[in-house]
Amino acid sequence: MTRKVGIVAVAQTEYEEAKPAWREAEITYQIVEKLLGETELSFAEDGTGIDATVTCSSDHWDGRTLSDIPHGEVAGSHLRAEEKISSDGINAVIYAYLQILSGHYDIVMAIATCKESQTVGYIIENFAFDPVYQQKLGLDFLAAAALQANRYIHKYGITPEQRACVVVKNRGNAKNNPFAQLRTPVSLEEVLDSAILASPIRLLEAKPVSDGACGLILATEEKAKKLTRTPAWIAGVGQCYESHYLGDRDLAECDALSLAAKNAYRQAGITDPLQQIDLAEISEYYSYQELLWSEGLGFCGKGDGGKLIEKGVTELEGKLPVNPSGGVLSGNPTLVAGTARVVEIALQLMGKANGHQIPKAKAGLAHGTYGPCGQHHAVLVLRT
Amino acid sequence: MALMVRAGSITQYWSCEHKERKLMVNRVAIIGVGQTYHTSKRPDVCIPELCNEAVKAALEDAGLTIKDIDAVVMGNMELFEGRYHQDLWQADYVGVYHKPGFRVTTGGTTGGTLACTAFFCAASGLYDVVMAVTFEKQSEGDSRAGLKTVADPIWDRWISTGAIGTFARLGNWYMKESCATEEHAALVRLKADRNACLNPHAHLRLNLKTVDDVLKSEMLVPPLRKLDMCPTSEGACAIIVASEKKAKKLSNKPVWVKDWVEVHNETRYNRGDPVSLENLEKAALTIYKRNGITNPRRDISLAEIYEPSTWAELVWSEAFHFCEKGEAYNLIERGATERNGEFPVNPSGGVIATNPIGATGMIRVAEAALQIRGDAGPHQVSREVKRTFTTAWGGSSWTVAHLLSKSPD
Repeated sequence: MTRKVGIVAVAQTEYEEAKPAWREAEITYQIVEKLLGETELSFAEDGTGIDATVTCSSDHWDGRTLSDIPHGEVAGSHLRAEEKISSDGINAVIYAYLQILSGHYDIVMAIATCKESQTVGYIIENFAFDPVYQQKLGLDFLAAAALQANRYIHKYGITPEQRACVVVKNRGNAKNNPFAQLRTPVSLEEVLDSAILASPIRLLEAKPVSDGACGLILATEEKAKKLTRTPAWIAGVGQCYESHYLGDRDLAECDALSLAAKNAYRQAGITDPLQQIDLAEISEYYSYQELLWSEGLGFCGKGDGGKLIEKGVTELEGKLPVNPSGGVLSGNPTLVAGTARVVEIALQLMGKANGHQIPKAKAGLAHGTYGPCGQHHAVLVLRT
Repeated sequence: MALMVRAGSITQYWSCEHKERKLMVNRVAIIGVGQTYHTSKRPDVCIPELCNEAVKAALEDAGLTIKDIDAVVMGNMELFEGRYHQDLWQADYVGVYHKPGFRVTTGGTTGGTLACTAFFCAASGLYDVVMAVTFEKQSEGDSRAGLKTVADPIWDRWISTGAIGTFARLGNWYMKESCATEEHAALVRLKADRNACLNPHAHLRLNLKTVDDVLKSEMLVPPLRKLDMCPTSEGACAIIVASEKKAKKLSNKPVWVKDWVEVHNETRYNRGDPVSLENLEKAALTIYKRNGITNPRRDISLAEIYEPSTWAELVWSEAFHFCEKGEAYNLIERGATERNGEFPVNPSGGVIATNPIGATGMIRVAEAALQIRGDAGPHQVSREVKRTFTTAWGGSSWTVAHLLSKSPD
C-alpha cells in the first residue's frame, strides 16, 4: 500500500533577534492557531481531525527536561499522540510523512520552535561533540564550520568573493520575504569588510541569533484534496549521517548529503536535478555551505560551487533559484531552519510566496542539516 | 471515589463520543531484540560503546549484519547525560554511518516511542529493516536534577519533587481509595524480585524473602520506601523491525506488531491533581477496542508495563483494566500476576528491578517479544504466550502502549 502525502497548510512567525514577550509555547501556539484557522481542522478523534503532532524543540535551548511538554500542550497533545524530534526540524516533517505512509495516521501536524536569544548557543553546541576527544578542544559549530571552510577553500580554490556572493544574494532575496529577520540588503564590500568570527568566516557570513517557529500540516491524498486546492505533494525524502569524528572525514566533501539526495531523487524520479528542480531552499548556516551543499545535491560538479554562484544560476532569475526566501543567513533559529525550508518550498508550490514567488514553480527541494560540518543531512523533494 | 469518577468519565467519553477510525496499517514484525546487562554504573564503556553492545546483541539475535539494516532510529532522555544531539556521537557505533536515521525523544516514554518510530518506519514502505536503539547512562549526569526541570520554570518548579514525591502521593492516595496497605506494595516488590532473580539482564536481584524484608528498607517519603522504587540503571536496548515481506524472509520467529498508541497529556503540578490516570486508561482502551479485546486478562497472555514504583503497578493495573477498580491489591494477594499465574505482569522483573530510563520502554517490548518467541530463558512464563500488552510511561502523565502477537492475523 503506497500512499501519497501532501502538505496542506503552512505557517511561520516573523523571525526576530529576540521575542522577549513570548514564552516558547506561546510562540508555538501562534503557529497552531494559524494552521487550524487556515484548514478549519480540529483535534477531533472521529477521523475528521488532526491525528497526531510531531514537535521539534530542544531541552538544551529551552532549559528544561522534556521540552515538548509546553509545546505539546498547545499543539493538541491532550490525551493524544505527540512525539518530539530533537534535531533539525526537517526531520519532524519527514517523521510526520513516515507516520502517514505507515497508514497509522491520516493527518499529522509538525511544528518546530526555538528561542536562541534565551541562552548562549556556543556552549550548547560544544556539548554536541564527543566528550573524550573533541569537546575539550572548545569546538562549537562555528569553529567546526571554519575548519570545513578552510579545507573546502584549500581543496577547490573557493574565493572570498564567491562566498560573499551567497550572502549578497540571500540578503537581497530576504528583502521581499515578510517573515525574514534581516531584510536589509548588503553589498559585497560590506560582507568582505565585516569582522572575522572564526577565520575565514566573517560576521555577515554566519546566521544571526534568531527566535521563531514554523509548522505545517500533512495529509493523505484523499484528505489533502478536500482541505486545499493547492497541496504540495511529497515526492521523495532522504536522510543520512556522516561520521562524528571530524578527523575521519574529508571536510571538503559531503557524501552524506549526496546519499540523502540520491534516495530522494530516486523516489521522485529525478535524474538531472538542475533541469528537473525549479527551486531549492538550502540550510546555509554559513556562506560557504550553500556552495558546498549545492555540490552535494548535484546542482554542479565537485568543487564547482563557486562557479555556480558566479554564473548566476542560483539567483532569483537564474535557472535554479536557491533560497529565494533569504535562507538561514537572513535569520532562522537553529532546529526551525529545516522546517522553514520545507515551509518556503510549500509556499512557492502553492503560489503563496508573497513578494518572492518564483513563477511556474512545479518541483522544489528543501534541505536541512545539523551537527558539526553537516553531520546529518535531510532532503525533501516536493511537487505541485 | 475520585478514581471511579475519573475512570467513569473516560469510559463514558469512550463509549459515547469516540468513534474509532479503522486503521489501514501495513504489517510489521520484530525480528531481533538485544539488551545489555544493567547496573548502576558502567565506567568501562562510554555511551556509544554501551549502545554498540545492544546493537550487536540485536543483530546476533536476528542473525543479521549491519548491512541488512536500512535505517536506524535513536533516543534517550535528552538532558540526563547533558549531550546535545546525542545521536551524532552515537552514529558511528550504532551502524548509521552513511545511512538514514533520526532521533526521537519523549522523556520516560522514549523507549516505547522509539519502538513506535521503528514500526512507523518499517510500515511506511520507505525502509524494510529498521533498528531502534535506546539507552541511558545515568551516572554521567544528574537524573534527579534532570527530572526536577520537567516542571514549568515559572509555575511548578518550586514545588516539583521529581519521581519520588509523585509516587509517594500515588501510594497515599491509593491507600485512601482502596483496601490496599503497604504490605501489598511489598508483595509487588517480592514478585518483581523473584522474577528479576531469574532474569540475567535485570539490575537488582536482591533475593528478598518476606514482606518484612521490604518493609524494613529505608523510608524515602511515606509511604514510599527505597524498595518501593526503581533503581537508577545504566544500559541499552535495541530492536530490529521489518516489513511483512522482509520479516517472513529473514526470520523464523517474527513477532507481529498488531497495534500501538501514544497518549500524552498536560503536566501540571500546581493544579493539585492527586493522580492522572486518563492517559493510561485511554491508551489501554484504544488498543483493546481496536483489537477486539473485551477481557484483558483472558484475551492477553501477559503484560510488561512500565511501573517505576510498586504503587504504580497496583494503581495502573486498574487503569489498564487488568481488574476492577480498587481490586489490584487482590490481584497481587492471590498471585494472579505472578510469572506462572493466570495473568503474568512483568515476568522480567520489570522497571522496579531495572530502569535505564530511555531504554526502559523498549525493554518492555523486547521482553514481550522474547516471551512470545519462547526465548525468554529462565523467566519464560509457563502459559502459552499469544498476545502481549506493553507500555511505557513518562512525562509524569504520558503513556505509550503496544500490542504484540504470535500470529500475523
